[in-house]
Amino acid sequence: MPESVIEKFEVRHLKILDEKGNADTALLPNLSDSDLKKLFELIILSRQFDQRALQLHAEGRLGTYASILGQEASQIGSAFALEKTDWVFPSFRENAVYITLGFPIWMLFQYWTGDERGMETPDDLNIFPVCVPVGTQPPHAVGAAFAAKVKGHKTAAVTYFGDGGSSKGDFYESMNLAGVYKLPVVFICQNNQWAISVPRERQTAAKTIAQKACACGFEGIQVDGNDIFAVYKATKDALAKAKNGGGPTLIECFTYRMGDHTTADDASRYRPKEDLEKWKLKDPLLRLKLYMEKKGLWTQAYEDEVRKKITELVDNEIKKAESESLPDPKDIINFTYKELTQRQKKELETL
Amino acid sequence: MARINMVQAINLALRQEMERDKDVVLIGEDVGKDGGVFRITEGLLEKFPDRIFDTPLAESSIIGTAIGMSAYGLKPVAEIQFMGFIYACIEQLFSHASRIRSRSRGRYSCPLVIRTPYGLGIKPPELHSESTEALFCHMPGIKVVVPSSPYNAKGLLVSAIRDPDPVIFLEPTRLYRLIKEEVPDTEYTIPLGKARVMQEGKEITVLAWGSMLHRVLECVEGFDAEVIDLMCLSPYDEETILMSVKKTGRVVIVHEATRNCGFGAELSAFIAEEAMLHLKSPIIRVTGLDAVIPMARLEDYYAPTKEKIVSALKKVMEY
Repeated sequence: MPESVIEKFEVRHLKILDEKGNADTALLPNLSDSDLKKLFELIILSRQFDQRALQLHAEGRLGTYASILGQEASQIGSAFALEKTDWVFPSFRENAVYITLGFPIWMLFQYWTGDERGMETPDDLNIFPVCVPVGTQPPHAVGAAFAAKVKGHKTAAVTYFGDGGSSKGDFYESMNLAGVYKLPVVFICQNNQWAISVPRERQTAAKTIAQKACACGFEGIQVDGNDIFAVYKATKDALAKAKNGGGPTLIECFTYRMGDHTTADDASRYRPKEDLEKWKLKDPLLRLKLYMEKKGLWTQAYEDEVRKKITELVDNEIKKAESESLPDPKDIINFTYKELTQRQKKELETL
Repeated sequence: MARINMVQAINLALRQEMERDKDVVLIGEDVGKDGGVFRITEGLLEKFPDRIFDTPLAESSIIGTAIGMSAYGLKPVAEIQFMGFIYACIEQLFSHASRIRSRSRGRYSCPLVIRTPYGLGIKPPELHSESTEALFCHMPGIKVVVPSSPYNAKGLLVSAIRDPDPVIFLEPTRLYRLIKEEVPDTEYTIPLGKARVMQEGKEITVLAWGSMLHRVLECVEGFDAEVIDLMCLSPYDEETILMSVKKTGRVVIVHEATRNCGFGAELSAFIAEEAMLHLKSPIIRVTGLDAVIPMARLEDYYAPTKEKIVSALKKVMEY
């Protein structure tokens, strides 16, 4: 008997907005002028948050911090496609996702100073706290999506992780389960090319991370992660598909970590300098600005005004974070169980 | 009320809790059509076809999925087929389930139950007889429950399902079909964290749980021993233990698990700290050996035997 091909796979790459600010109008998602301005302002806000966090760290006012520089389009474009009721399971580098969803910025600063109170998500949002162990949060998104399906809610769950996280067993296990039960979940991989010092080529011999979805029986798509329109469209489409019973999607945002892994890292030890120069030209803010300029939505005066407003806003958020009193040492114990054990009650008295 | 075994009692608890609360769902390997490898969930799929889910064979994602389900508002009861397969879930348990309440300052919680068969007694392949309960007791944020009879299995499981925090429910395989007792159809709960005094005595306190409890009961004739079934290891009932130890002044702790850092070490240290001056003899632990749990042919040499338990009881009396 001759061998035959029984299955074939294709992986699409989506790019809508190029480095010169030209957009493919056939693919352009439906975003109003006011949406475009919001996206532009969210990038500036997230970048300022990031820069200030790094400064505060350098001054000893903030703990170890993971910069998002370069990944703003991946984070803001995807989060902007979410509804407030959707469930979000981030890793530790998703500050711009929190900011886009309207998470209080002062609480993010509070968290990064080493204060868990900053991760008490406000009641009107369903975003999970920062997840430190890499690639272990996708199963939680699958569980939430499963619960939404059991309860008959038209809600989706989204999880964020990186190229490093895509090597973890929990990533495969959760995608596999999501495929089997056709769950309303979107897996967003921010492939920023580095897991600390280990390059993307050492995570997988596969050409894309997107194609890993094929083995789980659903679609994976790679998008230009520095193109906010492509990220937004892919996420919007994946969410609509999820909520209409079409099952999961894996979106690989092809982007670049312009900063160090965290403030405890020095990327100059392993990252080729020319990489940074090359990726600077793909800057997500620059191309959105050029696009908006062509549409008459951007002027230098507008940007100056936005920057001034955001600087004030971030200043105030830092002030608020730093004016908070120290957390109560009793809180070390208070949240271990809903009802504390007898021994914990005694330990509370020692604090 | 009927005389039933532990398998039937656990099945009854699951069925009644699923009838009572539509948020209770079951997930795990073979829990659906097959009714679980020990038939614990037999007949439940027919009754609750939309709330029982056979998962792919991947333990870590079973627990990870249960975490997401419970945070969202379901009450999943996840089955890990044997305790030896729970090691793949340690990261989900220790890095997430146990601390999501704390990490989110109470905004999210994980009211989930993980049921898993454990312990020696059925002579299965390797890794099907594990007894590593102490691992889980060492992690704050998780509760660890071990039933020892059909009656308390039902009451404890109902409490575990209704508990607002993650509970690991360790089912001694040796006891699944060993004992039958009267178990009410009506609803009842047994509080987590309370021990039961199985028999009162004045001269020795014997602490045990799960299947070892029954071995202890076979050994205490001729001794004035107070036998305490801990039922819940984390948190454990400090008060009942101390009251007994202060009365008897002698302690024997019996567990199947390896001696080194076994749960007996915690109990022993606790008693030494709190009741040293009441002790008339050193605390003795009768435990499994500091070795990998052997397969069938050598199993009986590993576990605390009746002879070892009786010898310990004599030793504390003769000290």
